[in-house]
Amino acid sequence: MKLDARIPEGPLDQKWTRYKNSVRLVNPANKRNIDVIIVGTGLAGASAAASLAEMGYRVKAFCFQDSPRRAHSIAAQGGINAAKNYMNDGDSVYRLFYDTIKGGDYRSREANVHRLAEVSTNIIDQCVAQGVPFARDYGGLLDNRSFGGTQVSRTFYAKGQTGQQLLLGAYSAMSRQIGKGNVKLYNRHEMLDLVIVNGKARGIIARNLVTGELERHSAHAVVLCTGGYGNVFFLSTNAMGSNVTAGWRAHRRGAFFANPCFTQIHPTCIPVSGDHQSKLTLMSESLRNDGRIWVPKFKEDAEAIRAKKLKPTDLPEDRRDYYLERRYPAFGNLVPRDVASRAAKERCDAGFGVNATGEAVYLDFSAAIMRYGRTEATVRGIHNASEDQIRELGEKLVEAKYGNLFQMYEQIVAENPYKTPMMIYPAVHYTMGGIWVDYELMTTIPGCYACGEANFSDHGANRLGASALMQGLADGYFVLPYTIGNYLADEIRTGAISTDTPEFAQAETAVRQRLEALLSANGSNPVDYYHRKLGKIMWDKCGMGRNAEGLKQAIQEIKALRAEFDKGIKVPGSMKGMNPELEKAARVQDFLELGELMCIDALTREESCGGHFREEFQTEDGEALRMDDTYNFVSSWKFTGDASNPALHKEALIYENIKVSQRSYK
Amino acid sequence: MSSENMTLKLKIWRQKDSFEAGKMVDYTITGVSPDMSFLEMIDVLNDDLIRKGDDPVAFDHDCREGICGMCSMFINGEAHGPNRGVTTCQLHMRSFNDGDTIYIEPWRSQGFPVIKDLMVDRGAFDRIIQAGGFISVNTSGRTLDANAIPIAKEDADTAFDAATCIGCGACVATCPNSSAMLFVGAKVSQFALLPQGHPERKERVVNMVKQMDEEGFGNCSNIGACEVQCPKNISIEVIARMNREYFGALVKPEN
Ligand SMILES: Cc1cc2nc3c(=O)[nH]c(=O)nc-3n(C[C@H](O)[C@H](O)[C@H](O)COP(=O)(O)OP(=O)(O)OC[C@H]3O[C@@H](n4cnc5c(N)ncnc54)[C@H](O)[C@@H]3O)c2cc1C
Ligand code: SF4
Ligand code: FES
Repeated sequence: MKLDARIPEGPLDQKWTRYKNSVRLVNPANKRNIDVIIVGTGLAGASAAASLAEMGYRVKAFCFQDSPRRAHSIAAQGGINAAKNYMNDGDSVYRLFYDTIKGGDYRSREANVHRLAEVSTNIIDQCVAQGVPFARDYGGLLDNRSFGGTQVSRTFYAKGQTGQQLLLGAYSAMSRQIGKGNVKLYNRHEMLDLVIVNGKARGIIARNLVTGELERHSAHAVVLCTGGYGNVFFLSTNAMGSNVTAGWRAHRRGAFFANPCFTQIHPTCIPVSGDHQSKLTLMSESLRNDGRIWVPKFKEDAEAIRAKKLKPTDLPEDRRDYYLERRYPAFGNLVPRDVASRAAKERCDAGFGVNATGEAVYLDFSAAIMRYGRTEATVRGIHNASEDQIRELGEKLVEAKYGNLFQMYEQIVAENPYKTPMMIYPAVHYTMGGIWVDYELMTTIPGCYACGEANFSDHGANRLGASALMQGLADGYFVLPYTIGNYLADEIRTGAISTDTPEFAQAETAVRQRLEALLSANGSNPVDYYHRKLGKIMWDKCGMGRNAEGLKQAIQEIKALRAEFDKGIKVPGSMKGMNPELEKAARVQDFLELGELMCIDALTREESCGGHFREEFQTEDGEALRMDDTYNFVSSWKFTGDASNPALHKEALIYENIKVSQRSYK
Repeated sequence: MSSENMTLKLKIWRQKDSFEAGKMVDYTITGVSPDMSFLEMIDVLNDDLIRKGDDPVAFDHDCREGICGMCSMFINGEAHGPNRGVTTCQLHMRSFNDGDTIYIEPWRSQGFPVIKDLMVDRGAFDRIIQAGGFISVNTSGRTLDANAIPIAKEDADTAFDAATCIGCGACVATCPNSSAMLFVGAKVSQFALLPQGHPERKERVVNMVKQMDEEGFGNCSNIGACEVQCPKNISIEVIARMNREYFGALVKPEN
């Protein structure tokens, strides 16, 4: 099969407009006879459900949480990008496009990314119209901040709760359609298989998590908005329930999986505190606007700090190493995430880590607090303000900007980040890889679409901060509503799709057998035992640094772990009723296959790019070394029936508008 | 001061499903570290229960960082436990002492039926939003430019504060009348404070309050417990604003 991304003809900046002008439409009367299943109610799913229902389609929306408002998007903190150029700092659609391609280390599609940059401005307009309370300045206009990998301020935000506010906006738009009867909501439902009839996606098998029953749901198209798979690492900043099952089951039914090894390890997370740890907490990248990252310059100081004999606040400036500012003077603390994470690992591996485990660096706000305090004192006309007064004023300003993040940190670590620097370390955060989609966001299965973090489309090998929220809403509000019509235009005569067919029956039986097998294994270890083991293999061998030998070992270890899991798993209860352990077991079973694919993908890609750092491929000063001649493609994997032997299909990446060059943030 | 290795007595509400009656069951848990979160402590208990062949305790949780609103435990008689301004998942064991007895119960309210153990059905909150908790604007992408209407920073900030409600239901669980007015007031206030919300402000408050009453939530008698235990510090002023909006909406305009 040849992968065709179906990118429209024409100049880059006119492709989307031309596409919209010529795409086929479905008339309103016909839309009323067409069902669309949307799995997931995060930014991508909720926005898609609201938009398609407004257009007149009959939508069924699914989520496993008790309410659509609790999708993982709710946790996004820092902000959302848009090329509004409100700050008049030279931003433009082209610049956002360029930054995103460069930030992705030249491994994404030009046409998709340009479209994303184009619609970014509509997102902000739309959200404000919905009543999303973005931060504003004293003149009442919208405020912006900067994120990593850019030299402009284009990030819109709502304190540290941007995802919450955007999701509540999309959720309320969707709720309005639920109220009108245009969207039927299936909360506490989990999709466990995709049903294909005559080569087309025609429905899903879902488990009602309250009653435990398996249900068949049919539709003319199925849209997966099921988020990322970072939890394959067990510890990540993702919500506990985030999983790959919907995407993986579609993959097993024929959807290609693209660039699975492209994982984002976020530089600023709260370090691991002990074996009981169940998840990691992000400290938003926006903090790098004002926080300076450092470790001690001398090992003896690092040792003293680790032994709690020395306080960081007592270490004089000339004994500190602000290593990002030192190595990357042009971008300083605002280098992209992959670069910042590797630099932290490098310092900690070299013995300069600052917490008991040696795996932490400082994120220090003292300079910003004093700077803000001084400005504020001047504004208020306090001319001879004391140090303490300045600090107090500065702390107030920092609190206004990041209050909830500082509070979150203090809750977890029991240290006051206004008074002593935060300790941070990289953690798994986002997955650039995902289900392969073409320009229309359709997977390799006709009628099956993927939006948001679940697809692979726009971020190449590394995502820039504040771009996932942008992509999720772009896909759901402004892209899918056009592109899905091009497919559904052929479905207007299909009529209602019966679930009383062999294909639905077969899929339901397969799901039932799978769950029964998990329940009857009756081994001795709960799911988490295996999940932690998988996570450790992935983190050690397919994490921030990877090499051929380690990846080969990881593949063997995962295979062995899969066999162990099948026999040793202990799932209490039955299929009937609420059974969270059964839900987890099915998810981890899929992670155990995905993990192997990620390692195979990482092993095959013999270059370093973005978040994929193959230790064998680095420049003299330790930066990622891309191999553009041989690896300028999307690795897209087909499931062959044997999880250990996937088939690779390559989609060549063609750069017509951007000159591919070595990424430099110096 | 909590020690490094605590032993605790837990009294947990166990209820098989919404049809059967529940009861408090005693457990003892050892090796609890003060750095553990409350939910991680329950994870450890569950690991032990599963290994012993017992049914683990079902509870809602997802983000584990205080924002999704899933977690919902009534701990020692307080919604989300003893600390203020935090959710259950943000509570750490350092807030307890070796040897403590901890009572853990679900939210109790007619509006929130128990699904299993500590899990309740909060669908009523979704239905209240569906009744009017939105601004009717289609996703055309052809709205006004986002900066076309400046909004005074103070209004924007107050609207934001109201909008930070996570829909957890602690306010209901805490209130002797099972009133949902803090939750509803927060949403009504967010939109009442923003110009975009004005065209529909009358229908909105009337429809939301009507749905709230139909769901079986009680009335507010100004006790103020909700405000104290709300993990997002939503101020009880939102209830006053909602009442003003509501009575304003009931007054017929002159014609
Ligand atoms: C802590 C944190 C902070 C972040 N901050 C930012 C930020 O500041 N800016 C930014 O741009 N990005 C940020 N991100 C990334 C961004 O939040 C996510 O990439 C984005 O929200 C994903 O949205 P989504 O709609 O694709 O999926 P999600 O929001 O993850 O939603 C997935 C949905 O799918 C449902 N689902 C999944 N599987 C199934 C199934 N099998 N059956 C039924 N339903 C299912 C879930 O119930 C849920 O509704 C952050 C991420 C994290 C972890
Ligand atoms: S008002 Fe507070 S307590 Fe009530 S649902 Fe919202 S966040 Fe929870
Ligand atoms: S688990 Fe999300 S708020 Fe507690």
